[in-house]
Amino acid sequence: MSLNELTAHEILGLIKTKKTTPNDVYQSVISAVREKDSAVKAYVRTCENNADLATLKADAKFPIPTTNKDNICISGHETTCSSKILAGFKPPYDATVIKKLKETGALFVGNANMDEFAFGSSTENSAFGPSRNPWNLDCVPGGSSGGSAAAVASDQTIWALGSDTGGSIRQPASFCGVVGVKPTYGRVSRFGLIAFASSLDQIGPLTKDVTDAALLLNIISGYDPMDSTSINEPVPDYTKSLTGDVRGLKIGIPKEFFIEGLDPEVRQAVEAAIEVLKAKGAVFKTVSLPHSEYSVATYYIIATAEASSNLARYDGVRFGLREQAKTLRKAPIIDMFEETRDAGFGAESKRRIMLGTYSLSSGYYDAYYLRAQKVRTLIKNDFDAVFADCDAILTPTAPTTAFKIGEKTDDPLAMYLSDIYTISVNLAGIPAMSLPCGFSKAGLPIGLQIITKHFAEETMLRVAHTYEQATDWHKKVAKV
Amino acid sequence: MTTQTEKKFETVIGLEVHLQFKTRTKIFCGCANEFGNQPNTQTCPICLGLPGTLPVFNRTALEYAIKVALALNAKVSSTIKFDRKNYYYPDLPKGYQISQFDKPIARDGFIMIPTASSEKRIGIHRAHLEEDAGKIIHDSDIKASLVDYNRTGTPLMEIVTEPDLRSPQEAYDYLTTLKLILKYLDVSDCDMEKGSLRCDANISVREVGETILRTKTELKNMNSFKAVKIALEFEEARHRAVYLAGETITQETRLWNEIKQMTVTMRSKEQAHDYRYFPEPDLVPFIVSTEQIDEIRQTLPEFPEAKLNRLKNQYGLNDYDANVLVQEKAIANFFEDCCKIYQEPKKICNWLTGAIAAEINSRNNDIVQLKISPQNLTALIAKVENGVVSNLVAKDILTMMIDSGQSADIIIAEKGLAQVSDDSALEKVIDEILAANPGVVAQIKEGKDSAKGFLVGQAMKKTQGKANPKKLGEMITRRLLNA
Repeated sequence: MSLNELTAHEILGLIKTKKTTPNDVYQSVISAVREKDSAVKAYVRTCENNADLATLKADAKFPIPTTNKDNICISGHETTCSSKILAGFKPPYDATVIKKLKETGALFVGNANMDEFAFGSSTENSAFGPSRNPWNLDCVPGGSSGGSAAAVASDQTIWALGSDTGGSIRQPASFCGVVGVKPTYGRVSRFGLIAFASSLDQIGPLTKDVTDAALLLNIISGYDPMDSTSINEPVPDYTKSLTGDVRGLKIGIPKEFFIEGLDPEVRQAVEAAIEVLKAKGAVFKTVSLPHSEYSVATYYIIATAEASSNLARYDGVRFGLREQAKTLRKAPIIDMFEETRDAGFGAESKRRIMLGTYSLSSGYYDAYYLRAQKVRTLIKNDFDAVFADCDAILTPTAPTTAFKIGEKTDDPLAMYLSDIYTISVNLAGIPAMSLPCGFSKAGLPIGLQIITKHFAEETMLRVAHTYEQATDWHKKVAKV
Repeated sequence: MTTQTEKKFETVIGLEVHLQFKTRTKIFCGCANEFGNQPNTQTCPICLGLPGTLPVFNRTALEYAIKVALALNAKVSSTIKFDRKNYYYPDLPKGYQISQFDKPIARDGFIMIPTASSEKRIGIHRAHLEEDAGKIIHDSDIKASLVDYNRTGTPLMEIVTEPDLRSPQEAYDYLTTLKLILKYLDVSDCDMEKGSLRCDANISVREVGETILRTKTELKNMNSFKAVKIALEFEEARHRAVYLAGETITQETRLWNEIKQMTVTMRSKEQAHDYRYFPEPDLVPFIVSTEQIDEIRQTLPEFPEAKLNRLKNQYGLNDYDANVLVQEKAIANFFEDCCKIYQEPKKICNWLTGAIAAEINSRNNDIVQLKISPQNLTALIAKVENGVVSNLVAKDILTMMIDSGQSADIIIAEKGLAQVSDDSALEKVIDEILAANPGVVAQIKEGKDSAKGFLVGQAMKKTQGKANPKKLGEMITRRLLNA
């Protein structure tokens, strides 16, 4: 087994016993990228200058090759959200998560591809073209953190950062057969994460197993005075929660999630996973999340409203792309705004900006945005009610396995439905994760989603780890 | 039937004042909040709205805003919530302004303004916190527009009145009263020239007796309180003329043109922005406790109106003098400090509103920076009263004191400015004057008493102003009688 195929905790063990060095691991990852990424296209940019290695301290706690998503700022590195409009943008600051990672000795491999501004579930909305699913190169890796998930699944990195607004970590984790965690809203600082929807966005880990997820979550979590939405709650050592003991834990199965549209193979895999956890002593019960049917509609109003405002700064004035009008139409400055935004944004970005602008407009605000906020509260209340009696909720991560590239690009609604099981979690602000729980007959990974209440990441990781220990899905390797 | 010319009109005015806070740093980042620095030298990724950055609320701006709210007798909102006001403009880096929409920090307040007969209550509809935008400079030489983001993120409070003002003069009086209160709070420079206080006006005209408001126009671009008054007068006359011609007013925003002294259309209602306000998701609403508000209430200064009444009662000043003193809080404080040392309020007041005020004006300074202490000033006044120096020389001494920061004693000693009280020395001077001006002496002896002033003047000149003119007059009279 070559070094790039290992997990972070395995590598740390080898470094500790002097069986390998951070340099060897890094070189192994870089050669994997050189060898595989022309096929997988996980990266939009790699840092082959080894700058982090040169400055690596001997006592660094986590000198692990790490992949960044292209919407998290690294000082001096071009960061574009896979959009033309941010071409050439090099932030003069580190995101708080990057700062924390650098402090522990992270070795950045590069920025992973994504749907433009995280708008999508397949990476097909990237200005750089789609990434490929390592398990089947004709399939999408999911999205929007598709590049991060594909990089982890194809061993072109050890672990990766993603961001999750409606499922953007969990759904690609599910499609690529890796572990992906969306932490509680406020657990991880958003400072330096280029915003899609500020009230929903959260950075999280994409890893090869649950232990690595706990380790990376340890590094990136915590209160940040630079982010007013981060919460001043102590950060436990998440690896301590990996006890393998779920005896007596009460796990809810929401009846609304096992309905039409759910792929029978996915259903079977999740039902089998329930049996595994039952055998480990967990207690299951059917629960109800009655407002889940409104979650996709609610999400697409709130997320696009915030996005329409968050993306207003891409106007060509201060950074990124600037396009001038060939002939004067309205006023030079208005023409420049319009030309720049028309040339810089892809079709899905334009669609979401228009949706969001519409729902915030005078005369429509009450009927759309305000109503969506009220429904959001109802969705959150649903979860609160379930968690009054349950420690966790178990669902499929996505209704299907990875679909073919191009299969849903002409049908935005069908694309939006691939996040049907993940979206309500963001609306409620609670943590959730996806981990592999089987494969389809076609050989594509299936993901299991575990949801817990606010700041109950330890319970979530404990259930996931217990399941992982009892199965070996996470050990399967995609052959690229 | 009333004919059109008999119509009696009533003007209705509401004002929006934008006040920049003089907090050390900006409202949502750590950049310096200063006026007049080189363009784009006080900016950071946050106030430039670079992708990924987030706002962090400056708690001093909150404290200042609560102070203003309390000074305006307003209800302070216990929930502090921000909203985004969305519009595109190159001086607005994020494409939205962080402001307050449905939960302004203050509402339902009032201030009292003086009127000819007594005073009038002007309602404050609301006051809210927001961030200032940058500044665009149109450069005709290079045919381009340049943006300076130094001002971006300056804490701003918008104070909106009820439509309670009934004339341009009342609007002017409201602004003067408001500015004085705000200056006492010490939260802003309140300098219209530097833009730290800006005012937009809404005006409509209706017939006396009507209860509903007619169509209003909004006036912008007035650079002084006087300009606000003149612009309102222009607009008031325009509305009346339009109604007298049987036409209607169009709802629009108009710009005051200082050179042409008229208002011109800027944009119509149809062109008005839809700001798509929604709650700012990057700043979580939070609660201000009544304890916090009460704590801030304790720090409020004595306001101008209360100080005016107290100065009159405590020091026996007349209305005019007290009013002049309260126009500058520092002057009023200096006055009271002087009174603690030297119990002659009227004389101190005269010095402050006369000689000291002149020094402040000519030096374009303020009393705090002037190199004179209450001790030094009162010592100088005492010297005049005790006849050590003349009033005239004392004014020169004051100038020298302010120039050097020295006390009157040192200057008098160094320059030999004490009044010549030695009679024999004066007798010698009078001898010389009388001998040099026999014609004038003859005129006086013939009964032209007013000519005596000339001799006193000559004697003063001879003593370089060091003699006491009263005493000189008496001595000359005595000499001429005895002659």
